[in-house]
Parts: sequence; C-alpha cells; structure tokens
Amino acid sequence: MGTTLSSPQAAAPPPNDSQKTIVFERVSIAFDERVVLDNVSFELGRGETKMLLGVLGSGKTTILKLALGLIKPDSGDIYVLGEHVNAMSEDLLFELRRKMGMVFQESALFDSLTVRENVAFRLIEEGMPPEEIERRVREALRFVELENTIEQFPGELSGGMKRRVGIARAIVDRPEILLYDSPTAGLDPVTSTTIIELLVKQRDVYHTSALMTTHRLPDTLIMAGNYFDVKENKMKPIPPGSSIDAGTTFLLLKDGKVIFDGTVEELAASKDEYIREYFA
Amino acid sequence: MEIRTPSEIAMETVLSVQDYTILASQAVANVFRKPRYLADTLLQADSIGVGSLPVVVLAGMSIGAVLALQSSNTLQRFGSLSLTGQLVSLSMVRELGAVISGLMVAGRNASGIASELGTMKVTEQIDAMRALGTDPLKKLVTPRVIATTIMLFFLTVIADLVGLGGGWLVSRFALALDSNQYWTTAWQSLQFADVFMGLTKPLLFGFIIASVGCYYGLTAKGGTQGVGRATTQAMVSSSVMILMVDFFYTKLLMTLMHVH
Repeated sequence: MGTTLSSPQAAAPPPNDSQKTIVFERVSIAFDERVVLDNVSFELGRGETKMLLGVLGSGKTTILKLALGLIKPDSGDIYVLGEHVNAMSEDLLFELRRKMGMVFQESALFDSLTVRENVAFRLIEEGMPPEEIERRVREALRFVELENTIEQFPGELSGGMKRRVGIARAIVDRPEILLYDSPTAGLDPVTSTTIIELLVKQRDVYHTSALMTTHRLPDTLIMAGNYFDVKENKMKPIPPGSSIDAGTTFLLLKDGKVIFDGTVEELAASKDEYIREYFA
Repeated sequence: MEIRTPSEIAMETVLSVQDYTILASQAVANVFRKPRYLADTLLQADSIGVGSLPVVVLAGMSIGAVLALQSSNTLQRFGSLSLTGQLVSLSMVRELGAVISGLMVAGRNASGIASELGTMKVTEQIDAMRALGTDPLKKLVTPRVIATTIMLFFLTVIADLVGLGGGWLVSRFALALDSNQYWTTAWQSLQFADVFMGLTKPLLFGFIIASVGCYYGLTAKGGTQGVGRATTQAMVSSSVMILMVDFFYTKLLMTLMHVH
C-alpha cells in the first residue's frame, strides 16, 4: 500500500526518469487507411499522471487500448512495465494486464453481475480467499464512497455511480498503472468534480501511474492544480508558490501526432497557435 | 447502402470462415487448458439444457405422433401396419430426434448466446474482461460449447424416448395396435449403427450451435441493430449448418458402417 498524505509536502513524488512504466516509441496505427496515430512517442514515469488531450477522434482512446495490448500497432514499439507489449502473446498479455487497471468511458460494468461481483471479478479470477475478496471489495467501494451499493446491479445505478464502481473495479487489485478513458464524459459538472477528486485521491494516496484521456479542460486543470489532503479527506488547491508537485503532465494530439508533451507551466508558456486556441 | 464487389464479398466470406475456424479450434483447445470454469459451465448447462427441455419434449412427442399417423396410411396399404413401431423407432433414433432437438436448441440458444455476447461486445464488456486479465474465450465461449454439446446429447435421448412415446400413443389409441407389438418391433429394429449415428450427431450439432452463436456474438458491431443482426444470423447459420452437416455425416456413417 502506498504512503498516505497528511500535508501538502507529502504530495505525489515527481516521476523518476529511470523508472518508466509506459514507453511509446514511434507508434503508428491506421484504421481503414485512416491514420489515427503517426509516429507517436512518449513516456509515463512511475507515479506520474499524464493527461491525453485532443479533439474527438484524435486517437486518445487508441493509445490506451495499445498500452493494454487490446490492439496492435502497425509499426513502432510499446513497453509497459518493461515488457515489449506488441511482441507478447495474448496469454502473456493477460498476465501483464493484471498489473493494470482500466476505467472505460461508458463504465463497461458486467450488467448481469452485482456491484460486489463486478468489483471482485479480478480477485475471484485470481483465486483469492472469499474473506480477503470481501475485505478488498469493501475497501475499494469505500474509497469511491459507494459501499452501500454492494448488492445492487449496474442497471440500478446513475451514470456517475457507474463510473465510480468502474474506478473501484480498476483499483481493487492495487494496479501499478491506471488507464482512464474520459472518466467524466457525459456527466454533470458536480459529478465530474466528484470523479476527478477520486482520481486526485488515487494519485496522491497510492501514487499510481496513470494515463487519462479527456476533452474536458476544467478537469485537467483541477487535476494539475489540486492535491488530496488525507487528514481532512478532501481535495485542496495547491497554494501559489508551494513546492507541491501534482505529478501531472499533459500530452496534446493533433492529426495523429504529438504536438505537446510537458507540464502545465510549459503548456501555459507555449506560443503554439493551435495549443493557445485549444485552451482558449 | 454501400455496394460491394463480388471479390470483396468473397474475401469477407473467406475471412469469416477463417475467424470462425480459429474461434472454434481455440474453444476446443481451451477444454484442455486452465483455468476451467466449472461453475460457468454448470450455469450454462442449466440454462441451455434444462431451459430447452419443455420445447424439446413437445417437439419430440409431436414428431413421433405425426410420424406414426402419416406412415400408418402407407403401411396399411401394404398390410404392414405392425411395422409402425419399427418405422417410428428408426426415424426418431437415427435422424429426427437429433435434428429436431438441434434445430429447437439452435432457435432458442444460438440466438440467445449471440445476443448475450453481442450486447457484451458493443458495450465494451468483452474489452473490459480482457483488460481485467481474463480470456473471454475461456470464460465465455468454452463453457457454452461444453454445456451445449453435453446437454444436446441428453436432450436428444429424451426427444427419442418421448418421440417413441408419441408414436405409441397414436398406434395404441388411433390405430388400435397392440402395445407389446409396437415396443417389440421398435426395440428389435434398432442396431448399434442406428444408435451410434443418432447419439453422435447431437455432439456435432451442440458444438455447431454454441460456436456459431459465440462467433456471431463476439463479432457483433453497430450497437443494438448489430446485436439484432448477429442474433438472426446465428440462428439461421447454425440451423443451416446443422442440416448440411447432418446430410454429410449421415452419408459418411452409412458408408463406413454399411447401414442401409
């Protein structure tokens, strides 16, 4: 279990260059002759949260699916936790995926299973003892503040609650990497902030490396400008001049290419016309 | 609507056959590989086998009764009404029990499997399962293939028995034949080859129903409309495949076992 935060000074550590959890090297992929990613390269450090930005259809979700090995690139290399993903068999990929968690845009909860069974799915597959499963499931649901829904089916939950159960399912086995696919898409601002607060909590409490796609700019700014205070159990803005590093970086895609990869300060200082227009 | 050239259609067909063959062979290979999902297999056996029992019993009994009724006229003309039991028995055990059960289960379950897996596919539940480190072929396909194959075997045995029962009801009460004579001719006419033929067919048909249903479900795309299309295609394709395989398998066994 990662260390907990009690003060701003204990925020997520900066990514260590020697510890890359995800590496994309000149990755390209096309669907039906339409180039979606063109020579995309980037790295995700341990404990780092990288926001993938871009207009609809810019290849953000494709990057997540490539990192999981759900699809293979046409060219280039992908390394996840040191493993060469595009050279791995499906059986080996299943092993690797157990170290990762994914939150889908539409939750993708198993609709014939209860919330308990959904969150416990991976633990049951691993053959964990029932008492340990129950403890872990309740812990994950408590984290997303939905312990009271444990017996309900996904169809009985609201959109925001489904996303939170999706987060609980992704974190229940304490993965080393989390992939969030537009976790706030289609949600109202209040629910979106609740979800983002959970992601900030996950980032700052467990220091899990994460890739997050989004096209909601307010969410990215909240992620970059806030930290989670464990003592008060709530998200707080990083004070101006503070040394807290939110460990959050930005990667902007345009026409399948990476046009920006850096921190929020570098983003704010960028003179690129498209970037300024995108954030306007 | 997009117009496709004959070569595109041919290529799509070849690719579909290739994909189906890969899925079917992996489903079989997974029977011998861990993890094995016994609870899922039993759940499917209950849903497919027990759930299909009423419709198979009804269809089997109706076919047996109609067979006795229709054949009685012809047999009477040749003074061979006493052979009704033999005719019903051979027809049901060799052919009709397996085919009728297969078609009934195909109508009920190939479409059911396709719609269930199709819905999971279009709502990203299949991707979620893969992302959680679980192989959908092992978790979803193999249990359905094992369950359908085994349960169709037993459903066919039941269909054969109730078909003979239906034939007996007609023979006894409509044709006034002696019950003892009916059952004796029905029993004595059966050879090992007949029973072998009738009881190996459901194993093939069960495999076809589940694998075709899973294939169409896992390749569904295009939202709810795509799921509906996959459901219909699964039922039609599995029914057609059952009838085709039935012909060639019957011909093969008749040649190998010298059945006339």
